[in-house]
Amino acid sequence: MQGGSGMSKVSPIRAVNDFVVKFANVNGSGSASANLLFAKAILRMGVPVAPRNIFPSNIQGLPTWFEVRVNEAGWRGRRGGVDLMVAMNPQTWDEDLKEIEPGGYLFYDSTKALPASKFRDDVNAIGMPLTAICNREYSDARQRQLFKNIIYVGALSTLLEIEPETIAELIGEQYKGKEALLKPNVQAMHMGRAYAENNLDWPLGVRVRRTNAVGDRIFIEGNSAAALGCVYGGATVCAWYPITPSSSMAEAFARHCKRFRTDPASSKARYASVQAEDELASIGMVIGASWNGARAFTCTSGPGISLMQEFIGLAYFAEIPAVIFDVQRGSPSTGMPTRTQQADLLSCAYASHGDTKHVLIFPQDPKEAFEFAALSFDLADRLQTPVFVMMDLDIGMQEWLCDPLAWDSRRHHDRGKVMSFQDLESGKEFGRYLDVDGDGIAYRTYPGTHPSRGSYFTRGTTKDRYAHYTEDGATYVDNMQRLLRKLETAKQYLPEPVRRKAGAPTRFGAIYFGSTAPVMDETLAALESQGIHLDTLRLRAFPFHDAVSDFISEHEQVFVVEQNRDAQMRSLLINELVIDPGKLIPVLHYDGTPITARFILREIGEKLAMFNVTPLRKVAP
Amino acid sequence: MTYLAKPRLHHPELPKNKLGYTHRDYEGAVSTLCAGCGHDSISGAIIQAFFELELPPHRVAKLSGIGCSSKTPTYFLGNSHGFNSVHGRMPSVLTGANLANRDLIYLGVSGDGDSASIGLGQFAHALRRGVNMVYIVENNGVYGLTKGQFSATADRGSKSKRGAVNNDQPIDLVLLALQLGASFVARSFSGDKAQLVPLVKAAVLHRGAAFIDVISPCVAFNNHAGSTKSYDFVREHNQAVNRLDFMPTHSRFGAQAAQGARRLQPGRSYRGNKLPAAARRCGRDRHRTVVRTARCHGFACGTQHRRHSAQRIARSRARSRRRRAGEVQRVVALSAQVLDAVTCNSSSPRTRGPRGV
Ligand SMILES: Cc1ncc(C[n+]2csc(CCOP(=O)(O)OP(=O)(O)O)c2C)c(N)n1
Ligand code: SF4
Ligand SMILES: [Mg+2]
Repeated sequence: MQGGSGMSKVSPIRAVNDFVVKFANVNGSGSASANLLFAKAILRMGVPVAPRNIFPSNIQGLPTWFEVRVNEAGWRGRRGGVDLMVAMNPQTWDEDLKEIEPGGYLFYDSTKALPASKFRDDVNAIGMPLTAICNREYSDARQRQLFKNIIYVGALSTLLEIEPETIAELIGEQYKGKEALLKPNVQAMHMGRAYAENNLDWPLGVRVRRTNAVGDRIFIEGNSAAALGCVYGGATVCAWYPITPSSSMAEAFARHCKRFRTDPASSKARYASVQAEDELASIGMVIGASWNGARAFTCTSGPGISLMQEFIGLAYFAEIPAVIFDVQRGSPSTGMPTRTQQADLLSCAYASHGDTKHVLIFPQDPKEAFEFAALSFDLADRLQTPVFVMMDLDIGMQEWLCDPLAWDSRRHHDRGKVMSFQDLESGKEFGRYLDVDGDGIAYRTYPGTHPSRGSYFTRGTTKDRYAHYTEDGATYVDNMQRLLRKLETAKQYLPEPVRRKAGAPTRFGAIYFGSTAPVMDETLAALESQGIHLDTLRLRAFPFHDAVSDFISEHEQVFVVEQNRDAQMRSLLINELVIDPGKLIPVLHYDGTPITARFILREIGEKLAMFNVTPLRKVAP
Repeated sequence: MTYLAKPRLHHPELPKNKLGYTHRDYEGAVSTLCAGCGHDSISGAIIQAFFELELPPHRVAKLSGIGCSSKTPTYFLGNSHGFNSVHGRMPSVLTGANLANRDLIYLGVSGDGDSASIGLGQFAHALRRGVNMVYIVENNGVYGLTKGQFSATADRGSKSKRGAVNNDQPIDLVLLALQLGASFVARSFSGDKAQLVPLVKAAVLHRGAAFIDVISPCVAFNNHAGSTKSYDFVREHNQAVNRLDFMPTHSRFGAQAAQGARRLQPGRSYRGNKLPAAARRCGRDRHRTVVRTARCHGFACGTQHRRHSAQRIARSRARSRRRRAGEVQRVVALSAQVLDAVTCNSSSPRTRGPRGV
């Protein structure tokens, strides 16, 4: 085939409501909103989509991609591979071209002729002179750029049979009240459609068909859902320092609070959101506010966690609740700041100097981010210790299709063990570090409670059960043992792991957590269809429930699937549950892109082959 | 040293304030600092100030960093909640506490190492935010707790106990506080209780960020010849700018100031009414000049950025006497009224705290 358009040697991919489109753009060209419009139009047609914005750490000029997985079955993770590439960035042309599946499609701007070497003979090229059209239609440079995006969305809608009315409806919503913008956008979309109808072969083998597979599910980013969880969880103080990918969570919190936490009568803010001078200060503010009785949190990413280490140790040792959202990104150092990883597990689990250990919870998607965010404040108050909500960029900054967020209006906040004025007045004994209930958790008081009882001195130095300074070794040990007891108690409050039995008995298990979970769901279904069976356990919290060690001991080999280089969760399991390392097989994905179903399938498939596992039943492909 | 409880025997004849509290009720545990340490005198002044202000101790939250100075909150206001946080980072903890509850009085105690070295950033940001608090630095020019290394406030040319000469410029926290917009700034000396107690009282009644830098000699590591923070040196070079109950009145910065300018001499500091005419342009500038001029030569103590009229102070005190126990919130409000009345010497009143809950 020649550099223009034409059919490939390999038969073109044919699929309805099940394919992957990837847009390759230049950052700052306004493509993101057009691409999201594309994804939402498909969603409006009742077909589930899973978009992934893969963006650079840059405001303008660097390559950026937007992947839209169209999938009626509802798999929300990345599949791997691309069926239709919308190649709008010459810088990344070669690498984009490589990614296309044999028989796939390449949609490109054909204004300038490209040599045949720039194409593949197993890929169907669809050229459209986008720049020429824009230059003809618009005189302003910025308009040429912005409308180009809408024009290609229009052309794609013809090629993929996306309903133009649905796109127009979405544009209408986006530009409500801004007629001046609305009309030209709709026109541009139709311009794209007209060109495609008259000049291109349509529809393609891959196409969208209206169905009803979305139901009442909502489309939401994890950061926004987590911030809403904080509001429901009763958080009134947020102290933060900007860092991708967590900033949008703090911003969402302020936005939600403005709506839900502004006193209607006085229009006074019933919350505080402080952009601190750095992460040392943001965690300090969280600790100060929590000490004083508020529910407070910070949200950050790896570098921020590093700066917070000393304070985290103080909160652990002095037993002050603190909620920390770690929206993980590519690390170490500045690493890949706009890419995703699960690589802060160890630095959070054992954050700070000395013997420390912290509660971590792992939401799998925005819905759980909402639930766990609200729960984290109960946990922090109940356990009087830092609680880490381990998100990642993939959950935090991507829009996910989720079941509607739900809240039981009868639910009340668990403020943990706090002595009131009445308790103190009635003569109840108060010892700030006195374990009266044997669960390792002592009572605290808020400052200002009682004129003569219940005050105490909070310190990072060793203290006795009544909070008095001491350097006595036995007292120190007594306190450290109680802290261990407290973490033992913690397990009963933490979200339980989710176990799933395979369709047939198996010697093999797999452990995974966080944003790997939606991908794992798909992988397991695929394995099952190949006759390969795996029992699974999805971790939702650290310290580990007893069910986790049971699960491992019930299997000969257990895969631990995670998104970091050093198999950090595997290390935690080995270290905390005293497990033979040979039993846990790492499956690691850490190039900064979200893990894909194909990757896990291949890894587990290869590893099982080494154990001579033959599928129980062969299934026709 | 472990915790030493103070005997709780109360003399029946001890004078009581209007809340029925004696001086003892404002004390804390027995100090474990070196005998003669300046910091202990500051604790004494704090106890006296709160006793005289007739504030219920439990409505005060006292926070500190790390250092000998930061240990002192254990030694006063035993019925207050206290928080000995981490080195250099009391300001953020205090800010957070302030966000959670605006009805308490926040007293931050820190050292020169704690605030001018490791914690300079947090010091600056708490002041620029105008957090409602009293922030006291117990300034001895050294790291007492780690045995006498120079801190960032040590004067250039001053000698350590071992004879090392400090070649670096000192950071003057008072100048910095002014620059950062603190609405109440003062310097005092731990050995001058008559001056320090009213300053602390005024600072407590001030709404906004009130900062007091208290020169507080370290007898163990910085009280030798060659030190500029020893008792001898400070006594010799300090002349209180004013003897005040709360503050000098506005009129004291009067017509004679210009002639006073001629009397500036090295090694002395000056009363507020003897300032160069240029320094009278505006309050904050004037104060900066007092401090800057004096710092070249010695100390300017008792200088104060915020001035209140005597009548207003009297009125607010009369009102505060009528207060019932526990009504700390009104104290804060009262001081705010005073504040609003005397914003003449700064461009804008810094009544703004962080957004509260
Ligand atoms: C992160 C950290 N670094 C170092 C120390 C050791 N340290 C304890 S107190 C102190 C200096 C305190 O000096 P200052 O604030 O002037 O208080 P002073 O003892 O002089 O009153 C240092 C460096 C520490 N506690 N934490
Ligand atoms: S070492 Fe210095 S600052 Fe510390 S207690 Fe002794 S005299 Fe005071
Ligand atoms: Mg010092």
